[in-house]
Amino acid sequence: MATIETPAPQPSGALSSGNRVLTLASRYGTFVAFLALILFNIAVTPNFLSLQTLNVNLTQVATIVIVATGMTLVIATGGIDLSVGSLMAIAGALAPMIFMGQLLPVGSMALAVTLAFLLPVVAAALFGLFNGFLVTRFSIQPIIATLVLFIAGRGIAQVMTNGNLQVFKNEGFQFIALGRIAGIPAQVVLMIVIVAAAWAMIRYTVIGRQIIAVGGNEKAARLTGIPVKRVKLFVYVMSGALAGIAGLIVVARNSASDANLVGLGMELDAIAAVAVGGTLLSGGRANIIGTVIGALVIQLVRYTLLANGVPDAAALIVKAGLIVTAVFIQQRAGRQ
Amino acid sequence: MLLSMQGISKAFAGVPALKSAALEVEPAEVMALVGQNGAGKSTLIKILTGAYRRDEGSIAFDDRHVDFSMPAEAQAAGIATIYQEINLAPQRSVAENIYLSREPKRFGLLDRGAMRRGAETVLATFNLSIDVERPVAHFDAATRQMVAIARAVTQNARLVIMDEPTSSLDEREVAILFDTIRTLKRSGVAVIFIGHRLDELYEICDRVTIMRDGQTVAKSPMADMPKMTLVRHMLGKELAAFQAIAPDAQSSDSPVRLELENAGAGVRVRDVSLTVREGEISGLAGLLGSGRTETARLVFGADKMQRGAIRMEGQVRTYREPADAIADGIGLVSEDRKIDGIVPDMSIRENMTLALLPKLKKAGIVDRARQDEIVERYIRVLGVKCASPDQPIKELSGGNQQKVLLARWLATDPRVLIVDEPTRGIDIGAKSEILKLLRSLADDGLSVLMISSELEELLAAADRVTVLSDGTSVATLKRKDLSEAALLAAMAHQATQQVE
Repeated sequence: MATIETPAPQPSGALSSGNRVLTLASRYGTFVAFLALILFNIAVTPNFLSLQTLNVNLTQVATIVIVATGMTLVIATGGIDLSVGSLMAIAGALAPMIFMGQLLPVGSMALAVTLAFLLPVVAAALFGLFNGFLVTRFSIQPIIATLVLFIAGRGIAQVMTNGNLQVFKNEGFQFIALGRIAGIPAQVVLMIVIVAAAWAMIRYTVIGRQIIAVGGNEKAARLTGIPVKRVKLFVYVMSGALAGIAGLIVVARNSASDANLVGLGMELDAIAAVAVGGTLLSGGRANIIGTVIGALVIQLVRYTLLANGVPDAAALIVKAGLIVTAVFIQQRAGRQ
Repeated sequence: MLLSMQGISKAFAGVPALKSAALEVEPAEVMALVGQNGAGKSTLIKILTGAYRRDEGSIAFDDRHVDFSMPAEAQAAGIATIYQEINLAPQRSVAENIYLSREPKRFGLLDRGAMRRGAETVLATFNLSIDVERPVAHFDAATRQMVAIARAVTQNARLVIMDEPTSSLDEREVAILFDTIRTLKRSGVAVIFIGHRLDELYEICDRVTIMRDGQTVAKSPMADMPKMTLVRHMLGKELAAFQAIAPDAQSSDSPVRLELENAGAGVRVRDVSLTVREGEISGLAGLLGSGRTETARLVFGADKMQRGAIRMEGQVRTYREPADAIADGIGLVSEDRKIDGIVPDMSIRENMTLALLPKLKKAGIVDRARQDEIVERYIRVLGVKCASPDQPIKELSGGNQQKVLLARWLATDPRVLIVDEPTRGIDIGAKSEILKLLRSLADDGLSVLMISSELEELLAAADRVTVLSDGTSVATLKRKDLSEAALLAAMAHQATQQVE
């Protein structure tokens, strides 16, 4: 047992001004970037201030936000979930098979649509449970454990559909993406509900505190009697279920389910939103609102570039630059 | 003289870790380097090998002034360090490990035949005959250590530093290691042996250097240093710092609350029996590496108990997880606040109520009013100095962090509280405050199991002290028999006094 003498704790309140700027930047930087993007667009992009622009951006960002919310919970425990995109594909492949009666004979369409909402999400949640099981029972590193379903999940979706595109038209089911509630797109409402629930869970519930504690110091968490394994299982199940919901929205929006494409690259978008939003990838923090703003910033950057004639490929490079900047600021601020 | 380090000083962030320490080693001798946690042994070794820069002092190796700026330079000069098994690549073969980064080559390619023959030859000098093409991970701890030593020998090391080489070895493996060390000696190599098990030190070492509080306090041939004196040098005495706060010997013993009977797990805890009574502070003493923390972790369900039994108020209990022990009314304030105590980024409020959370919920939601009430009460009662309960705990001083962690358990209203080095790393004022607090809690009926390296703390506060040596409980001293001499004797394992 080699020992290293621990230096005395630093007196608090002795931050240098440079550190203070970094601290502020890490806390509010994403929000400032968000505001700057909006101001920039108001000045430059034609017709930016319209309800249509708002709707386009919100509907496009909804699925990212929903998946990134689950990702925030996983990352808060110090884990990561690479399987979300593939789970979206599984849920997206299952739903049409259910309401088109390919999977099981269902009499009434209302029941079929209800099952088409429920079963895919339950299936995705169970796959999430599998992820959590690998992480807790076999102590496999989360990035490897979820890589299993990242690879196999899309394969499962393709096998289920024989790799075929499923085209459909089902008003009841597609309400989730095309319908409106009080004039607001249904998926945006769903996104807001999910974000609000996750935010309240982190802030007010016991499991929320336990998630943060597990990510903040797993050994200490265990010694205070927190069921560390159960907490981890919970976040992977949540991440899976939310990916399932996002998968339903995507196929409903497209009137088609293509197992090759649904949710492709979503894991990276979600992780990017979490990182830009200020949640430490090392765990111990869960900034749900930050994640939402992070996703909005990424979406707005893409929109801004597209609306001003810059190709999507270039937008990817800017997105990468954003992530590097965000992580750099966090690291520097975390070191003080 | 092979090595001479003189007047070495080093401070971290203004806090001195070494104050004019010295270390001298002759060729072909085994020098024991001993001291408590934080005495400065590791810092001294790291300065020698160039991992740290010294603030002051001089180092001469082989009569030449040296100034290594990184471990590779020390290695090139003939100083090899053997950590428990760190500097081996577990998936590479024994031969590859021995020749790592100095592989014999032929025509620019690895000469595997030469590597194998060379490895076999050097291992043969230690009477070890193994398949050198198998990965290191396939062999037991003692063999891996021998491979590390063989690696040092092939690098022509003249001084080998062994940092707690026996801590994960069983008796047979220790014997093999000691044979290896004797072989090294015969070939003129000197060894610095950092260890805590006294019997081992006396068996293998020629001389001993004792460190305390960053200073070298004694240097002597092993044969001229009685165990008692050695222990006394290691622990020092600052008895004046504390007044006795434990009541004088009670006329009758209170009922037993927690009992550990012949508990064991692995090689760290061999056979520990102890009792903690109602309203008492039970001390757990022993040198570093004697298995105190490991014993506490067994009681608390943090590690798996392999042998023996725990009885809580007469009932045999099995704790698979800390949660089980907590449900039975046991709390543990761990030794290292940073590693397994605080959740640094969380607030004081959240840190204080982590263990209490399940009892604070209504339909899964934290009862914030009750939480605030409890947090404010303990901040007031324990005198935690903080800006607000929302302040991140990492910003508090060590003493205040410790109070928050104590409050974490007191809030759960425990029946047994285990405190592991409760005053480590906090200033002297806060120390006696925390001891008095534990005493008054015991007076109110709490059973406290207090692990401490500081004799004066145990003498001041404990009603009885169980002494561990090498994972075995060797003595239990009641208040009336407690004295510095008695504790030292038990720790040095000279006289075995079984009072109970």
